[in-house]
Amino acid sequence: MSSFPFLLVMILLPAVGAAVIAALPRGREQTAKQLALGVSLVVLLLAVLTTVAFDTNGPRFQLTTSVSWIPDFGVRFALGVDGIALVMLLLIGVLVPVVVAASWNDTAAGNRSMRAFFAWLLLLEAMMVGVFAATDVFVFYVFFEAMLVPMYFLIGSFGGPRRQYAAVKFFLYSLVGGLVMLAAVIGLYVVSSQQLAHGTFSFDALRNLQIDPGVQKLLFLGFFLAFAIKAPLVPFHTWLPDSGAEAPIGGGVLLVGVLDKVGTFGFLRYCLPLFPDASRAFAPWILGLAVAGILYAALLAMAQSDMKRLVAYTSISHFGFIALGIFAFTTEAGTGAVLYMVNHGISTGLLFLVVGMLIARGGSRQIGDYGGVASYAPLLAGSMLIAGLASLALPGTNSFVSEFLVLIGSFPTRPVYTIIATVGMILAALYILLMYQRTMNGPPRGVLLEELPPGAENGPVGGESAHDSVLDHHGGATATLTETATATAPARARLRIRDLSRRELAVVTPLIALIIALGVYPQPLLNLIRPAVSATMSDVGADPHGITPTHAPNKGK
Amino acid sequence: MHTVPASGLLAASWLLIALPLAGAAVLLLGGRRTDRWGHLLGVATVAVAFVIGLACTVQLGGMSGSKSVNLDLFTFISAGTLDVKAGLLFDPLSAIFVLLITGVGSLIHIYSVGYMADDPGRRRFFAYLNLFVAAMLLLVLGNSYVALYVGWEGVGLASFLLIAFWYRRPAAVTAAKKAFVMNRVGDVGLALAIFIMFAQLGTTSFVGVLGSTGALAGGVLTALGLLLLLGACGKSGQFPLQAWLPDAMEGPTPVSALIHAATMVTAGVYLIARSAPIYDHAPAARTVVTIIGAITLMIGAIAGCAYDDIKKVLAYSTVSQIGYMFLAVGLGPIGYVAGLAHLLTHGFFKAGLFLGAGSVMHAMNDSVDMRRFGGLWRRMPVTFATFGLGYLALIGFPLLSGYWTKDAIIEAAFDHGGTTGYVLGGVGVLGAGLTAFYMTRLMFMTFFGRPRWDAGSASTPVDPHESPGVMTVPMIVLAVGSVAAGYLLTQAFPLSAWLSPVFGTNKLESHVVAPLWIGVLVIGAMVLGVAAAWLFVGRREVPVVRPARVSPVVRAARNALYADAINESLFMRPGQWLARALVFVDNRRVDGAVNGIAATLGGSSARLGRAQTGFVRSYALGMLGGAVVVAGALLAVTAG
Repeated sequence: MSSFPFLLVMILLPAVGAAVIAALPRGREQTAKQLALGVSLVVLLLAVLTTVAFDTNGPRFQLTTSVSWIPDFGVRFALGVDGIALVMLLLIGVLVPVVVAASWNDTAAGNRSMRAFFAWLLLLEAMMVGVFAATDVFVFYVFFEAMLVPMYFLIGSFGGPRRQYAAVKFFLYSLVGGLVMLAAVIGLYVVSSQQLAHGTFSFDALRNLQIDPGVQKLLFLGFFLAFAIKAPLVPFHTWLPDSGAEAPIGGGVLLVGVLDKVGTFGFLRYCLPLFPDASRAFAPWILGLAVAGILYAALLAMAQSDMKRLVAYTSISHFGFIALGIFAFTTEAGTGAVLYMVNHGISTGLLFLVVGMLIARGGSRQIGDYGGVASYAPLLAGSMLIAGLASLALPGTNSFVSEFLVLIGSFPTRPVYTIIATVGMILAALYILLMYQRTMNGPPRGVLLEELPPGAENGPVGGESAHDSVLDHHGGATATLTETATATAPARARLRIRDLSRRELAVVTPLIALIIALGVYPQPLLNLIRPAVSATMSDVGADPHGITPTHAPNKGK
Repeated sequence: MHTVPASGLLAASWLLIALPLAGAAVLLLGGRRTDRWGHLLGVATVAVAFVIGLACTVQLGGMSGSKSVNLDLFTFISAGTLDVKAGLLFDPLSAIFVLLITGVGSLIHIYSVGYMADDPGRRRFFAYLNLFVAAMLLLVLGNSYVALYVGWEGVGLASFLLIAFWYRRPAAVTAAKKAFVMNRVGDVGLALAIFIMFAQLGTTSFVGVLGSTGALAGGVLTALGLLLLLGACGKSGQFPLQAWLPDAMEGPTPVSALIHAATMVTAGVYLIARSAPIYDHAPAARTVVTIIGAITLMIGAIAGCAYDDIKKVLAYSTVSQIGYMFLAVGLGPIGYVAGLAHLLTHGFFKAGLFLGAGSVMHAMNDSVDMRRFGGLWRRMPVTFATFGLGYLALIGFPLLSGYWTKDAIIEAAFDHGGTTGYVLGGVGVLGAGLTAFYMTRLMFMTFFGRPRWDAGSASTPVDPHESPGVMTVPMIVLAVGSVAAGYLLTQAFPLSAWLSPVFGTNKLESHVVAPLWIGVLVIGAMVLGVAAAWLFVGRREVPVVRPARVSPVVRAARNALYADAINESLFMRPGQWLARALVFVDNRRVDGAVNGIAATLGGSSARLGRAQTGFVRSYALGMLGGAVVVAGALLAVTAG
């Protein structure tokens, strides 16, 4: 089975699917959706089969495909996965069908066609698979840049009111980073052609180069800038809140869930192994950016009134944790950082989706336009609570394991940074509960509020009138006792809101199941990730086996 | 610390956690289909857990040799040298907590069937309660600090959900958030302690960490002790993180009884007692524990004297009593058993008092204002009798529960020796007097005097009545415990013997102050407190409206010594300002600067907004630039 070109098929299939959808005649929207869902489900199946075929005790890169592409410059179209890339492919495999299902009833502004939306989505999937599966630096660069195009159109054509601004901003930032990286890629080629018989872009060959420390620093910075913009780290982050807020929900999920991970993936795959001396030299500065970003973005998240911007800022805060885990140079923290990339995709993906479902109902992104949703749409509220708890890394959810690993793995080598980062745990509780409680709890209010004509049944739409009226009873009883309980809704009012539909339940359920499952039993993923992280750590000169404690308690037993 | 693998029924002790967890899952996922029988399932899972816990404890008691039974379930997190097993440790210390949690938990579940009978959210209520019991059992049964931490934050979640159970009430929602966030502050301490353990010893298991404390440097041990204390303060509502606990009374009263009186808030005491080998080697940290305990017991007792809300008085009383427990476990080997014994008896009488308060509220249309109670003893005799016994137990009436266990703590404080011993003991005696005062005041205002409730409205007339049997029976059982537990645990079946495998035996032969004199002192303080309550409250008419012109001392007590005001001005408001300032900086400075650069690079005018129309151009320009760079570089390479 391992001779089957899984990776190539996972790139070609969605690309072909995108072309077919784009070629569909006008009016065949339904076919387009079904095709997109079918293709993305097949990719998920392929990702699972790839995982089955992957041998954790085997060589670092497996399921390789290598075709000569530009022989003059030694460029080969080379694909292969290690455990790190593999878990990212799994994440893509899970998120794309979810996003397709979540965008099922979306309509585009103006006379744009949703066919184009699903075509861009599948093309984006192909590019994302390519960027993680590439083992040739030039191929990586090509996918890295090409990935911008579908995302640009997803934001610019299908986004919110300020989509043009956001799309251009996204594009310019990425382009600047990409060009600097291109210079570094070429520099790397030059170095390889000096040291080897032929210049090459092959990752394995480049990894064995002995690069002069000064040159290393320059090349490192070239790659770093591109990845720091992509991830993004503070202060290169300001494009993300705009893009995240204006992107259509589906695009936004893939943007923060997968696309941004290319940055942190790049740190781990390219910066550390290729430029180990430079990585060590710059580590304190990058850790400083990471930790500052955790707190800075968390504080900003607390001050947002726009839910989508809030989620975008929480992501920037979380990327700080991932960067901390990568640049702490321990196997434990590195493993945690990779797991964090996957978990963040799932939990923030869910949060983004649920926020999108609320916005679709109320038509406003403002937190202040909602209130008391929980009694009318308990499933929606429950989904947001679970997504939020995963975002604040509550034990029992997936994110706890990764955040815990990052922090406990960083502490032995970088105690001061870790202690500061731990404060982020408190801020996370604040920004999540702030959004959840203001929208879901309290008396009903906001844009969905509807005053009832006299004589009408005073109850929620879903037929939960008993539930509602007794809540009123308790609310009324307290209002006389506590000074704070003054803001109550008009006596005859309710929210006009539908709870989650079957389709929406099908969207959130797999993600919730993964949040719990990976929170209780994360070991299968950790087993996949660990060997590749160990190899990376030995590249950068750290002990691949992990941290040696100050006192070994069981010595001599 | 030497453990043996689990066998027999103890190998199935994971069921203790799995049963209530399954109950919570069924009730939450089952939806309205389970409305009719959901509460019964909720009671059943906890009751069965109690039976299993009892059987496990009996098996443990019959074992010879090591009494620490380890049960590894599966690998939770393994990466690098970190290897965390999901596993349980059943030893005499966890056994008493299992019995307290499932025993008192079962009674409160039964009570809730009646208390929540008219609430359409009753199924959700039982789901959350089951979730709490599961998390709490994981907290006390986990065999590593990580497992404890999972349970620790799990009970925090359950507490959050239950405080905000009536989530339409803004006060309840705010209180829930406050509890969660203040707990998180403490959790950071616990998390950092775990990081240090791993960095120093390469393990987080109790056996690994507590068995090698001798290898650690003094400074590390002190740091560990203080960080664990921070965690304990958050969970147990101790100074300076005490302000969330009284607000948590916004939750339904059974929640206050189970979580915010009998079990969860005593988790901090468990943490410190469990970490005894660390504290034994960290005298400085231990001193801080006693100081925190002493400060909190005074704060709680002073605030308890001034509130008119019956639940808030009981809440401050809890804060104060847990202060006693902290003081005790901070004393080290001479105090662990005393602190834990008080924890158990407090679990009985405080849970009973809260259930009694709930019964009163049930009778008074959910009112909690004691100024509008009065003379209730005639209307609700069972509630009055059970509440009265809990009251006597709490103030330390001779031979009842509190008398035995509180005296033991004050004795241990004096036995600590030196000035510290006298100060701590003195605070304990003073606290006993204040406890007698505020509880007697509560009794007078609630059960005695002239009835002060108004008739209510026509739709909801106020007509105090006794609660149904499903509520009074648990109250009676807890009242029996309030009377007898102290004697049983200190005299008949001494807890010190049961816990000796954990803490060893510490028999003090000589006392600094003779126990007899301490007994006289404590009883004297109690009598003074009761007499003062009679003078100030009992013999006069209670004004229905709270007097506004009061001395600064009373005003300070009414504001709980300004804890909220301090938190607000030190942390919340500066935090909000900082966040707002950062928004400005982020929008104007960072973004503006980068926009400027980007716009300049893109060759368009100063404002990016106008670059929209020029997109295709700048895209083309970028591609062209890229192509030029590539071509130039490749030429350079081939030429060179």
